[in-house]
Amino acid sequence: MKRDVMRKTLAMGLTIAVTMGLAACGSSTSSTAGTADSISATEKPAAAATSQADTAATSAAAAAASTVSAAPVTISYCNFNASGGNEETLNKMYEAFHKENPDITVNIETIGYDDYFTQMQTRVAGGTAPDCYELNIENFAAYSSKGVLAPITGVDTGNFNQTALQAFQVDGTQYGLPGDFSNVVLIYNKDLFDKAGVDYPTSDWTWDDALAAAKKIRALGDDYWGIYAPTTYNEFFKEAAQYGGSLLNEDKTEFTINSDNNLKAAEMMIGKVTDSHVQPSDTDLAGMGDSDLFESGRLGMDITGIWMFSTFKDACDFNWDCAVEPGGTQKATHFFSNALVINASADADKQAAAAKWINWLASSDESAKMRIAASWNLPAISNTDVLADYLKQTPPDNRQAVFDSLNYLVTPPIIEDYSQMSDIINEKLSEAASGKITPKDALDQAQQECQEKITLK
Amino acid sequence: MKTKKNNERISAALFMLPSFIGMIIFSLLPILISIFISLTDWNGLEKLSPATISKDFIGLRNYTDILSGTEFWNVLAHTLYFIVLYIPLVFIASLIIAEILFQARKGVGVLRVIYYIPVLTSWVAASLIWKWVLSPQYGAVNQILAAVGINGPNWLTDEIWAMPAIVLASVWKDMGFYGLFLLSGLNGIDNTYYEAARVDGANKAKIFFSITMPLLSPSLFFCLIMSLINAFQLFPQVMIMTEGGPNGATQVMVERIYTYGFKYFKMGYASAYSWLLFVIIFALTLLQLKGQKVWVHYES
Repeated sequence: MKRDVMRKTLAMGLTIAVTMGLAACGSSTSSTAGTADSISATEKPAAAATSQADTAATSAAAAAASTVSAAPVTISYCNFNASGGNEETLNKMYEAFHKENPDITVNIETIGYDDYFTQMQTRVAGGTAPDCYELNIENFAAYSSKGVLAPITGVDTGNFNQTALQAFQVDGTQYGLPGDFSNVVLIYNKDLFDKAGVDYPTSDWTWDDALAAAKKIRALGDDYWGIYAPTTYNEFFKEAAQYGGSLLNEDKTEFTINSDNNLKAAEMMIGKVTDSHVQPSDTDLAGMGDSDLFESGRLGMDITGIWMFSTFKDACDFNWDCAVEPGGTQKATHFFSNALVINASADADKQAAAAKWINWLASSDESAKMRIAASWNLPAISNTDVLADYLKQTPPDNRQAVFDSLNYLVTPPIIEDYSQMSDIINEKLSEAASGKITPKDALDQAQQECQEKITLK
Repeated sequence: MKTKKNNERISAALFMLPSFIGMIIFSLLPILISIFISLTDWNGLEKLSPATISKDFIGLRNYTDILSGTEFWNVLAHTLYFIVLYIPLVFIASLIIAEILFQARKGVGVLRVIYYIPVLTSWVAASLIWKWVLSPQYGAVNQILAAVGINGPNWLTDEIWAMPAIVLASVWKDMGFYGLFLLSGLNGIDNTYYEAARVDGANKAKIFFSITMPLLSPSLFFCLIMSLINAFQLFPQVMIMTEGGPNGATQVMVERIYTYGFKYFKMGYASAYSWLLFVIIFALTLLQLKGQKVWVHYES
């Protein structure tokens, strides 16, 4: 009898536990939200504890200084960038910021990238969005056109790289600050260049130079490939710019995907796979990544991100270096950045404090130094002095190319349906790269599909 | 006596209440709201209220847009391709498993666990492993094929082979689930039928097709309904193994719903897609319920 009761209690306990578990699952994906608090509950205690200690210290400092004018304000900040190893660095940055601005307390919440955007969407729709947060470019494009972001005003953005700053302007209004950046350079295998008897790439190279060198390296043997650059949307909007083209007209009212200049870019991009075959196709790669091929010492040039530096440093047992990537009729280089944004429905004093915090976080010399010391990422600022430590690390010897590339940076064409546009173009380009359709057909079809499915303003 | 029964009812209701509340708040209510959302062009970011729904109201345009475009029909074709490959394979595989477990004299417990482990594995983990197993150059599948002289395809990056690859992973994962159902069906067949058949001199094949299959038909029917519904809701394996690619060859209903809702911020469009999916599944299940009279035999 007693055992029976025990069993019943256990069963009930289990039922409740399971139901709660289910409820928790439902809440994180339900679009009606209102549950943001429970999501962040795990992070809160720590943040609350530090903020309490901070406020204690603040009131002491405030009493001593007595020059404090603004009332103390507490804001929340969400990000994915610090997840996976840089939470500590971010906390240190905040401590430094808080010392300068004792009135502003920031509750930092770091969420893993995989869950981040579904959570943010739920919180924004549920009216419980943080006061300021981080967005990647695709989501920035969507959010900024839906009126959920506040314009960033009242702070001095002079420290930023100005072109980078423009990446997050929509119709002349600054809706985001570039929180960090990375870009793409030409990384090359010096040993293969020596073997093929070709001069090393320089920052003046055009695609003609690169493809000529690629041919010679390809001639070294069947297993050797000259060059690799992705045949994707991201690569295309940049290469289009290298030939003077663009995906949209000036005021973003019409698609210009199949323009003559774009076609030149697409033919170069696809032709090196399908015609001259100096670049391996997906079938040639058979599931291998271009970086695997490079690390194996069988790829001459890899147009890839500077985030590969540390991997190549460990994995490559040959000499390699980098240069500004080749251009077409002009130079154009990538610039990838995440935006720091402010919630439009936050109170005015919170918005002002948020602007101060994200501006400091993204562009102050002090935070920049901490970023680099922790090898986290690069700040999108124009003052390269603070970046000296980054330049000292080798290989590659020519790390300066990272900053030289910034002189030519192009930013992605932000429209409301950015993700959909990039998916459509991606699909058509990959069909062309597999040889099923010509580059011209790919652009014509992409143009038509974008016109059909996407309404521009 | 009567009060005892009433008391039992009340306590049963109380036990069910927690999951009931959860179901109403987290399933039923969102499902109802999604009807209204499907009639709007709500972007999923604005705060949702009756006011936003009436402001964004566009009538049936989402439905007409979906049905008049080519994408929906392509997606449906992909799903049918999946079903045509998946259902026969999963039925054969799970029947074999059920037979093995039914016939086995020793180690039944171990075998059951072995066949059931894939069912318990999360789809995320399983998909990642299959992605690895199917990798063209280093994957186990192509290595085995190479050993017998077959040049394996680029499974997940080939438009023709991507869907079969997903079918393969799905069959592997689901066969234990259906196998166990069929096993309980086999166990439910009265032994006297077999004895009578044997006395009459029927051979094994005859016994299987004339006795096992008809008497197993209720279990088979259940598995068919379940597997068809699951086939239409195909999602995690696609999302992880191919993301709808290559060139959209593995785009399926739920993948589209997710992409439109959470990537393109077209919640209204995504909701309309969901309701179309509901209508399809509902109609098919009705059809099967009607059709069962022809081939499903209930004992007694």
